[in-house]
This record gives sequence, C-alpha cells and structure tokens, in this order.
Amino acid sequence: MSGPTGRRKQKLKWSKLYTFSCLRPTTDESAPTERLLGQPGFSRVVFCNESQLHKSKPHKYPNNYVSTTKYNLITFLPRALFEQFRRVANLYFLLAAILSVTPLAAFNPVSVIAPLVFVVGLSMLKEAIEDWHRFLQDRNVNSRRVKVHVGNGLFVQKSWESLLVGDIVKVSKNEYFPGDLLLLSSSYEDGLCYVETMNLDGETNLKAKRSLETTLGLDEDAAFCKFKATVRCEDPNPSLYTFVGNLDLEKESYPLSPSQLLLRDSKLRNTEFVYGVVIFSGPDTKAIRNSTRSPSKRSRVERKMDRVIYLLFGMMVLISLISAVGSALYTKSGNSKMWYLRLHDDTDNLFNPEDPMSSGLLQFVRALVLYGYLIPISLYVSIELVKVLQAMLINKDLAMYDEATGKTVEARTSNLNEELGQVEMILSDKTGTLTCNQMEFRKCSIEGISYGGEVTEVDLAASRRMNIDVERYRYSLDGSDSTGRSIEMFDLSTADGSTEKDVLGFHQGSEDTKTGNSRISSSQKETAVKGFNFRDNRLMDKMWIYRSNVSDMIMFFRVMALCHTGIPVEENRGNKIMYEAESPEEVAFLIAAQEFGFKFCQRTQSTMVLQELDPSSGLEMKREYKLLNLLEFNSSRKRMSVIVSNEDGEIFLLCKGADDVIFDRLADNGRTYQQATVMHLSMYAEDGLRTMVFAYKKVGLPEYENWSSVFRKAKATIGPEREELLENASEMIEKELLLLGAVAVEDKLQKGVPECIDKLAQAGLKIWLLTGDKKETAVNIGFACSLLRHDMKQLHLCLRKESPSNQQMKDVKEEILCQLQSYNQLITAEDGEGDPFALVVDGKALEVSLSYDVRNQFLSVAMKCDVVICCRVSPKQKALITRTVKEHSGKTVLAIGDGANDAVMASDFSLPQFRFLERLLIVHGHWCYKRISKMILYFVYKNIAFGLTLFYYNIFTGFSGQDLYDDWYMVMFNVLLTSLPVISLGVLEQNVSSDVCLKFPALYQEGQRNICFSWKRIIGWILNGILASIAVFTINIYVLFPSAFDKEGNLADIEHIGTITYTCVIWTVNCQIALMISHFTWISHFLIWGSILCWYFFLYSYNNLPPSYSKNVFHIFTEQTGPAPLYWIATLLVLVVSLLPYFTHIVIRRSFFPMDDHIIQEMKYSGTDVRDTPMWLREQEKSKQLTQVGYSARVDAKIRHLKEQLHRKRKSFYLSVTNSPVYKTMMRRDTAEERVNLMINFRNAWKNPKRKAGLLV
Amino acid sequence: MLMDFWKVTDINHGMILITLICTSVIHIPKLMKAPIFIYYQLDNYYQNHRRYVKSRSDRQLLHGLKHHDLSSCAPEDFNHGLPVVPCGLIAWSLFNDTYSFFRGIDEMKVNRKNIAWKSDRDHKFDKQVYPFNFQNGTLSGGAHLDPKIPLSDQEDLIVWMRTSALPTFRKLYGRIEEDLDADDIITVKLLNNYNTYSFTGSKKLVLSTSSWLGGHNNFLGMACISVGVSFIFVAFVFMLIHVKNPRPYGDTTNLSWNWKPMSG
Repeated sequence: MSGPTGRRKQKLKWSKLYTFSCLRPTTDESAPTERLLGQPGFSRVVFCNESQLHKSKPHKYPNNYVSTTKYNLITFLPRALFEQFRRVANLYFLLAAILSVTPLAAFNPVSVIAPLVFVVGLSMLKEAIEDWHRFLQDRNVNSRRVKVHVGNGLFVQKSWESLLVGDIVKVSKNEYFPGDLLLLSSSYEDGLCYVETMNLDGETNLKAKRSLETTLGLDEDAAFCKFKATVRCEDPNPSLYTFVGNLDLEKESYPLSPSQLLLRDSKLRNTEFVYGVVIFSGPDTKAIRNSTRSPSKRSRVERKMDRVIYLLFGMMVLISLISAVGSALYTKSGNSKMWYLRLHDDTDNLFNPEDPMSSGLLQFVRALVLYGYLIPISLYVSIELVKVLQAMLINKDLAMYDEATGKTVEARTSNLNEELGQVEMILSDKTGTLTCNQMEFRKCSIEGISYGGEVTEVDLAASRRMNIDVERYRYSLDGSDSTGRSIEMFDLSTADGSTEKDVLGFHQGSEDTKTGNSRISSSQKETAVKGFNFRDNRLMDKMWIYRSNVSDMIMFFRVMALCHTGIPVEENRGNKIMYEAESPEEVAFLIAAQEFGFKFCQRTQSTMVLQELDPSSGLEMKREYKLLNLLEFNSSRKRMSVIVSNEDGEIFLLCKGADDVIFDRLADNGRTYQQATVMHLSMYAEDGLRTMVFAYKKVGLPEYENWSSVFRKAKATIGPEREELLENASEMIEKELLLLGAVAVEDKLQKGVPECIDKLAQAGLKIWLLTGDKKETAVNIGFACSLLRHDMKQLHLCLRKESPSNQQMKDVKEEILCQLQSYNQLITAEDGEGDPFALVVDGKALEVSLSYDVRNQFLSVAMKCDVVICCRVSPKQKALITRTVKEHSGKTVLAIGDGANDAVMASDFSLPQFRFLERLLIVHGHWCYKRISKMILYFVYKNIAFGLTLFYYNIFTGFSGQDLYDDWYMVMFNVLLTSLPVISLGVLEQNVSSDVCLKFPALYQEGQRNICFSWKRIIGWILNGILASIAVFTINIYVLFPSAFDKEGNLADIEHIGTITYTCVIWTVNCQIALMISHFTWISHFLIWGSILCWYFFLYSYNNLPPSYSKNVFHIFTEQTGPAPLYWIATLLVLVVSLLPYFTHIVIRRSFFPMDDHIIQEMKYSGTDVRDTPMWLREQEKSKQLTQVGYSARVDAKIRHLKEQLHRKRKSFYLSVTNSPVYKTMMRRDTAEERVNLMINFRNAWKNPKRKAGLLV
Repeated sequence: MLMDFWKVTDINHGMILITLICTSVIHIPKLMKAPIFIYYQLDNYYQNHRRYVKSRSDRQLLHGLKHHDLSSCAPEDFNHGLPVVPCGLIAWSLFNDTYSFFRGIDEMKVNRKNIAWKSDRDHKFDKQVYPFNFQNGTLSGGAHLDPKIPLSDQEDLIVWMRTSALPTFRKLYGRIEEDLDADDIITVKLLNNYNTYSFTGSKKLVLSTSSWLGGHNNFLGMACISVGVSFIFVAFVFMLIHVKNPRPYGDTTNLSWNWKPMSG
C-alpha cells in the first residue's frame, strides 16, 4: 500500500497548496540584477555541466575541499611558535633563554632552555593533536559521497572534495548539500523542494525552495546529456539570505534569487531528490564564509590569573632592582676590600668598580633572569593539560550520557571549564533546547466541555507537598486521630474544582481508596502513541459517539483532519498512518484525528480522503472531500482555512487559528460555547499548552462562487498590492464562523527540563529565554517549564507599529523608553514585595532596546525582573543580547541553543539533553572552578616559596647573583618535582561529592561570587609563600652555620646548603598541596609522595654521575649529607615550621569561620546525613536560593494559593457547621468535640507566623 | 649533647702585609675528647661571590695540563703565556696562615690528613695533576703549593676549594687526636700570612669537638624548643577556645543560609 501512495505523492504539486507567503514572483528583483552583474563583486561566471572549464584560468575556482584546520605541515612550526610566544610569560622565558647564552647568564643555558622547550613543546603538542582531530573531521566531511554527472546522463558517486564548480549533482532525501547549489529541478513536478537549515540558523522548520520554470524539464538523469547553461552571479560572500544572479539558457536570460540556491550545510527534506549545479564550492560557500573561527575565549579566572602573573612580575622587578643597587654598591667598594676577587681585572663589565652604574644595570638584567623562578613557567601548560583532563572527565561522565542518542556531554574547548562554575545568567534558546520540537496532543474542549483532564505535574506536586506539609504538621500535634487528616484533605479538595482530581489522584496512588477516579486510573494502561498524549474515556475508543450533539463533534474532528497542509507518509503496524507536515503541530492534530476515528489517508492535488467513523452505524467509511481553496497560515493572519466540498456538494469553510482572531470572526449564533471555551483556554495556557481554536461555517454555492472569482483575481495579481488583495479576499470569507472548540497541544519539553531549570534557579542563576518563536508560544513554554507562573506580573515590551522606518526610529525609541520607565517605577514601587515580575520582549522592541542609548535602561529593568523572555529573536540578536548583557552586567553569561553549527555563537560545550546542564554547571563547573583556582594559587605559592630563597641568598653573596642551587635542581623543580601533584589537584579535587553538590545548590555561589580566587586569597597565598621561603631559608642557614654538620667535623659549603634547602623546599611545597587536597585518591598520594621520592632518587642518581658531570654534587648525598642526621632533622624542622602558618590558618578557618562546604564535609564525614535525615533534608531546602523561577517556586505559590483558599473555606465551613442544627446534635458526642478542636488548632496554626514559615519554607 | 668546648682567639693584630709570627694562649675550660677539630674562621669574606665561585676549572683539576679551556678561571688562567694549575681565583687566594699547638712545651701532633671529603680527594683532584706555574704572576695571592705534591694530596687546597655559602665561614685546618683536659693551657704559634685587613675581616681560630649532630650549635636546640613551645601554645589556645565556645562537628547553624534572617 505504501508503494503506490509514495509514488503518487512524488508527483503531487505541492505548490498548489500554497496561495501566497513563501514564494513570491521574482520579477521585481530582476531589474537591479541586470545592473549589478559584471560589476565588481558580481563577476562570477559558472558554466553549468562544464566543470572542466573551471579547472584553469580565467574561471578557475577552488574545488570543494574544505579545511577548518589552523595549521598545515609547513605553517605549523612558525605559527604555533608565534602563538606560544604571544604569552607574556613565555616571551619572558624566551628572552631569559637568549640571555643565558650570553655572559649575562645567571644559569647554565640548558637549565633555562630545557624547561622552556618542555613547556612550549607540550603546548604545541596539544595544538597539534587538536588540529589533527580537526583534520580528521574535515576528511570525514570531504569524503562524503554525492552523485555527480560525468557525461551522457550518467551519474556516479564521487567524494565531496572532488566536486568542481559547474558540476551537476543529484542529492537525495535527507542528504546534505555538498556546496551551494543552484536548484534545477526536483522530484516534484513544479521543482519545489524542502530544506532544513538547522545547521545554518538553528531554525528547525522546513523552508521551501523552487527551481526556475525553464529548468523544470531536467528531472531525470538522461536530461543532462546535452544540458548547457551559464550562470552569472555575485562573488562569494557570507550573506546567507541574498543571492543575485542570472541563468543564461539557450540565449535567454533568467533572473535567479535566493529561493533557487541550496546552501551547503543544509539538508534536503521531504523531497526524494533534486538536481543542482554547483555555484560555490568549498571555501567559497556561504556557510564556510559565514563561519567565523570561534574566538578563543578566556575564563574570568584566567584573566585574573594574568593580573596575578603581572603582580609576580612586579615583585620580580622590585627584587631585581634591589639586587642591582646592592650589587653596584658592593662593586664600587669592592675593589679595595675584596682583593681576592680582583675586580680591576673584570672583563665582562659585570663587576666593574670603575663603572658601578653600568655594572648595576647589567646585574639588573641578570637578576631578572635569576629570579625567573617567581614566574611559574609551567603554569600555562599545566592549566592546559589539566583542562584537557577535566574535559575528559566531563566527556566521560556517565551521569551525562544520553542513552537515546548514545551521546555524552562534550567539552569542545577545554579552556572554559572553570567558567562553568561562575555562571550567573543563562540565556536559553527554546526549540530543540528546552523542547524536543515535537508536539503532543493533550487536551481539547469541544462544545464547551473540556476533555483530557490529565493531571499536570505542578498540580500533582503541589498536592503531594500539601499532604506532606499536613503530615508534618500533624506530627507536631499530639493525640490527633487520622480521620481528622482525611477530612482536611477532602475539604481541601472541594475548595478548588480544578485541583479536586489531582488530590484524589494522589490519594489513590498512595492509599488506594475506594473513591478512585476511573478516568485517570484506566487511562494509565493505554499504550503511548507518539504525538498523542490524551487520556479520556469519554472520547477514546469511539466512545464519543454516545455523547450528545454529535454533529458538532464530527465537525470538530473534520477540522482537525482536513484543515492542514500535511500528507500521509507511510502506514505502520496496526493500521496507523504517519504524517509529515510543515509544522509538528499539524502532525499532532492528524494523529489525534486518527485516534478519534477520522483517519486522513490520502491527498491528491484537489482531493482529500478521510476514513470516517459513522456515529450512527459505528462503521468506518471512506469519504472524499474536494479541496477548493487553502488559505495559508502566516504570522499576521494567525489562522488557516480550507474550503472543501463533501460528496453531497455542500461547501464548508474549516478554520483554525489563534483564539482572539477566531473569536473576532464568529457569527452571533456561533458563540454558544465561547464562555466555556475561553475558560478552558486560559487553563490550558497556564499549563503551558499551545492552544488553537476550531471553527467552521457552511458556505452557500453562490456565495462561494462570488468569492472564488475575487480570490482568483487577487492571486493572479503581480506586484506589491497582491498580498493586500489576498488578505482582503480571505477576510471576506473567513467571517460569521461557528465556534466548535479548542485544542491544546504540548510543545513537548525535553526530559527533565523543568527540574533542571528549578535546580539552576535555586543555585542563584538567572534564566532568560530567547526564542525565535512568536510571543504566545514563548509564553506557553515559559509556563510549561515553570519560568512563568500565573501570579507573575508580565511586563510586555513591544512596538505598536509593525516595521518602523528611519524617521520613526526616534518615536519608537521614545515609546520603548516610556514603557521601560513605567516598568521601572512599577518594580521599584513593589520593591521585592508582592508578585514577581516577568519581562516579555518582542523581537522588534528588542532591536530598539538594544540600540546604544536605550540599552542601559532596558537592561536595568530586565535585570530587576525575575525572568525575561524574548521572542522573535534572530540568531544575530541572540549573540548581541549575550554580548550586551555580558558587558553591561559584568556577569558570566552562558548561552545555550541547539543551532548545531550556529555561525554566530560557536559553542564551547555540547549537551545531548538540556537537563545535563544542571550537572555540568553545578557539579563539574563548581569542581573545575575550585580546582583551577586552587591550582593557580598553589602555583603562585610554590614559585614564591622557591624563588624568594634565591633572593635571600643573593643578599648574603654581596648581591653578586650567585645561585644557591645546582642548575639541574632548578630545572627539575618546575618540570618534574612539583608539577605532577598539582595536576592531580587540578583534575581530581572535589570539595564535596557530586550528589552533595546537586543537593546543595548554594555551594555554587562560591563560584559566582568568585571567593576562591579573590584578591584576598591571592594575597594570602603570596604571603604564605613568602613565609615559607623565609622559614626554609633562615632555618637552614642558622642550623648549618657556622659549625660542623656531622660527626666528622665537616662544614657545609654552597652545595650542601643548596641541597639541604632544596630538599626542604620540595618537602614543603609537596606537603602543602597534601594539605590543600580534600579528596585524596591513590593517584594524588602516588604523585605527591612519589614527587618527594623522585627528588631523592634524582639526587642519588645525579650524585653518582662522574664528577665531570655532577661537579660539586658528586657523592653529596651518599657521602656527605645523607649520613648526617642533621640533614634529616633540619628537613623535619623546616617542614613543620613552614607549614605552620597555613595549618593554623585552616584550623582557625574551619573552627571559627567555617564555609558551607566545610560544614557539609563534616556532616557527610560524621554520617549525620544518614542518622539525621530530616536535618539533612531541611538544610537542603534552606540552601536553595530564594527564587521566583522554577518548578518548586511554582509549587510553593500554588500551595500558598491553596492554603489561602483552604483557610477561607474552613472559616465558612466552621461557621456553617456551628450554626447548623446537625452540629448542635453532634455536640453531644465527644468525638465531634475533638474534631472541632482539631480544626481550631489547625486554623490557629496558620495564624502563627513562625509555624507558617516553617511549613512553607 | 652540645657543650661549650671551644674557644676563639682573635689574632687580629700586627701590621699590614708583614708576615708575623705570634703566639696566643687558649684556656681549655672543660675536658675535650679527641678528635678535636681545628678550624680557622674568616669573617666578611665573600667566598660565595659569583665572580669567585665560578673562577675554577673542575676539569683542569682532573686532567691537569691536558685540559685547555680555562676561560672560567680568568683572570687567573694564564701567567706568562702558560696555564696555571690549579687555575682560578679560588686557588689563587688559598689561605696560608699556619698554626702549631703546644701543651706546655710539647708540640702537639696535629693531623692534617683526611680533612677533605674523600670523594674530593679520590675523584675530583687527580693524583697525576701537579701544581704548575702557580702563584707566578705579578699579583701574589695566598699560599704557594709544592709542585711536587699532586693536587689530590693538597688537602688545604681541596678544603679551600669547597666554597663556603656565607661570608662568615670556617674551614677545617686539622685534628688534634688527643684529649684535652680541663684547665689545660694551649699555646698557639701562628704565622699570620693571610691578608684580611683590606676588608676589615677578622680571623678566628676555633677548636671544637663534634657530636652526631655536628658541632656546637645553639640554634637547632632553640629552634626545636621554640617551635615545640609555640605548637603547644597554639594548641592550648585552640583548646581553650574550643572548651569555652565549642563548635559542634557539622553544626548547621554555621551554614551561610542559616545566618540570613529567615524569610517567610
């Protein structure tokens, strides 16, 4: 069955379905085209089907090979090196390395060059690997196959990269276009085809493209045998929405427009195949031209780190200056004093007593190199390495693995990991991000009766929470019986009709009481139909035929089944048909109609066939409807109509559309159900459902014929007034309608979206919704994902006029400013009290608002609102908002969207599901932020602790620049002996485990307030480093001088002091990191203690080298320091003293000023979280940020609302009970008294503010 | 245990650049068990000056005249066109005071062997390398070396070549290998050759015994004690605070969200 339908469908003329909107005549564009072509910028000539002409000049164009790599084999070395030495620190080390081969050298050249080579080499290796991956990706794309015409009507598969301009290609359904193609013909007779441009602009709706009439005939392979044409068009440019050109075919010239251009990176949909000729290839395509290389972003922490590095540079210059002055003074006086130096024989001018000034200057330069250890050379490379490893951990996190797609969260660039821990605002796209772009039929209201009373999540949660609250409250009441509670509950449920079933439904789930609601219970057994989430036994399973007034019901279902542009695609198991349509909404309607017994099974050019259920006979029968006209849906009309005639020749106009539009066009006798429908509509909207109203009317034949001629005339008009005429024509017939009812479809949210938004809001994140959808949809989704709720004040920012011209810009600005001012006043008047605010901004208003002079006003209002929703936003505007908000607020902004390859906002992370954002931010972001901050602080510490000892020693050598340590010790310091533990800190550290992070969103605030990398902390660590360096140096000096250090009476020389001091430094910095780590794994233990062991191992091997290599280190460990107990005692003493300040600090901090994570660590460690679960849960509740956004906030609001109602109800109930005669008789019974007492207690409880606070949290 | 077993005698007198033989008397306060180490101490002498430290050639000390690159030894690398062995400022300024010790009238035996590290003698100063062209320049530095004795046996030189880390330093001169009793009077005859007057440095002579912790050093003990005391003090303070104002483990009142007044 699917075979024949499939073929029929192929040749269906889709364009007949469209009256206007998407395809306009292109005549008005031809005039400028003629003028432009041949001018500079419009010089491209393409010989179709003669691609060999484009292999050589003058029309040589690049082939279709696309490269996104940064380097190639030749450019890699110079460019990567250049990139490396753009970093100030690396440049400094390069200069130091150059100096080290001059007489100014402070160290052995190798000891300066080796770490630099190591560090730069590692960074370059990383670059090379990343580029290699890009290369592999490119190769993947370039080797995709496409059918190319090779002559004689023969098409063969070729790889994309071998494609040339002028080639004829055949692209099949669901394939990507290999380049920018000129559409010649498609599988549809009228040359129409559908493309999905999601990769280009993130829009998921299909766009129609149509070939020129002249090339329609080229619809089979053989037709290309002799086809030849020339295209003259614009030069390659990045503009996606313009195209100017001419097609010269058989001496005729035809103008081309963007609707003939199929862009690379877009996909062919709903069309079997198309033929096209390559116009732009490879690097010339618009998609590639448009893709800007993602700018390398640097996180806030890293930018601050640069300033810390500058601070260290400052310190270094200062001590170098001191050294230089000291050296000059010593040199000046040294000639007569220090005869043993023979300064007058000085040849290299470093110690020239005659010219101490220039000697001092040279010493300054040398000191800059000498004290280079203050600058952490390996910091950059370590951070890069750590971030790559962090990104690996993020990528491999199983909790962020989507089983449906088999994808995990992917960190595309690793340099923003810690920025995830500091996000303060989220700008989110809607379609595909929050929603899955899939519609589900949820509820309908027919003849004023609402069907499909599925409990919404919010209602359910509110009733559950209420129950818990009451239960909690009951515990505090002694000796109250359980019947009391159930009465409370029943009373509550009668208080509000809409919540009745929810509470009952909940009861049923928990207690399985007799008062079960059969409607809900039985529906749970239904097997799910995709796109249909409707449960109501009154309609399902053909039950609707037993309802009264079936005729309107049938009409309702007919609107559903006939008023659309969809087509049946295939039949799957169980006789169900699948559909394809312009919008997923229509598919949902068609599926629903099918479920109700109105199966739309066939569409020809002018007929539609339904398989209808006949209510009188209960049998299904096929009915054919003639499609007379179709009045297309568009954004200004907000409605769609079809005019059909049935087999009896009766003509109907079936109309669906937005509520206000339809209600305006109802006949007076068609408003029977209006009141009820309006009520239902507002209920549906509150639940975040997208609503649509159905209406119809019967059209008399003369009336129709009259109108039809008007409409035909309007359609035939060419020119600007065409649209207006059509509009008027449709206006003529779409009136006097009869209301049938309304439907509600759910724009299905992705799994876990409301919960995720809830958690993020609780973590103190602000969420803005930016969407290309219309305002109503955006607001609906706002409701659905709990960004909006009913008691929020919605402030709408919009323009009254449609498109302002330039002269009006000023007025428009005034208008917007005026609105903003009034909103500002409104918000300040409320001042945190009362209802929360939501700002809803229209795209056009947004454009004005973001202009330079209005911007500040707009943003200050927007920042004060709890939630901001921007609708009809273009991708460019999204980027603009992101940038503006970032600049204005100085906050870290995260933008999330689904534009897979959004040219404007190149993504740094990709998530298969929105809900993973929670874990990505609150767990990984938080961790990475803490890790990187700790890591940088540690680097600063360790380099100060080490580098300053060199300075202190220099003071004792008459500022001569002598270094205390052997050159190789120094090389090893940053490269091997202290670099690995810090990597384990940066990769594995966790202050609290992931589930605690998720349970206590308040911990995320640490990142937002940047308290782990504040200047206070930085200065603290610098001081800690200074203290450690002083401890290490002075203790060693005083312990070892001036007397002997071993039993043999031996004295310590430079090498001994150097070795012992260095040992102390290694111990100190490695033990320091052990104190910093709160989450030990065997890896951290291995690396920390391994580093210390490694030092001894290195020392042992070095001191065993022959003396010509090891020089004074020869046998220093085995013969000299090792056997001396003083060496080991000094190490211990120094270690203890140098760590004492930090240890005291953390003890004081933890004991007297504990941070949240300290307390939580303690609770977790001592097991209170398990022993005292209520406390653990209570603290989780409390840790949530006060927010008006999110699911929980909404539940809270609902509870507040319910309680108020309950209160009111109780009051009236109590009065009525006490006044009733029944009560008076009951008074004689003891139980009744108890009950009333309980009620009074209960009521008093609400009056007690303290308890109320406790209950409401 | 460390004891005040040593005595310092200032020998800072006499006239500039005139070799003087002088005597000095040391009173031994307590019993000193052999071996007693004899050190000379120089103050304000920058043996750790960079120009000084690098002015040597370790390869020459190993290979003698076979090693030609003496650039590091400048200006004491060549004299009259011939290389100097050992070259460099360190060797050139070798300390050249000598001491002899008398108890009563008996000259005490001072062992001047094995005062340098064994590894230095065996591996860094070669047995086949003899001093050559040493102290032959226009400027006279310190001691002269016997060209017939190989460098590996020139222990004074080896000790001197171990440059000291600080400008005040001691060097081992020799060992007295007999016990000195309390109240012994030791007469020291010394040849005051070495010029310390120019830099107003002082020379000292130190007699010291050595324990397993090395020579006498007050600092280590004081440091250990003061660190220990400060630890105990800090611990005591913390304990007091804890007793007076305890913070229970995992106390929830300290959580930041519990500081804020509850909103309700």
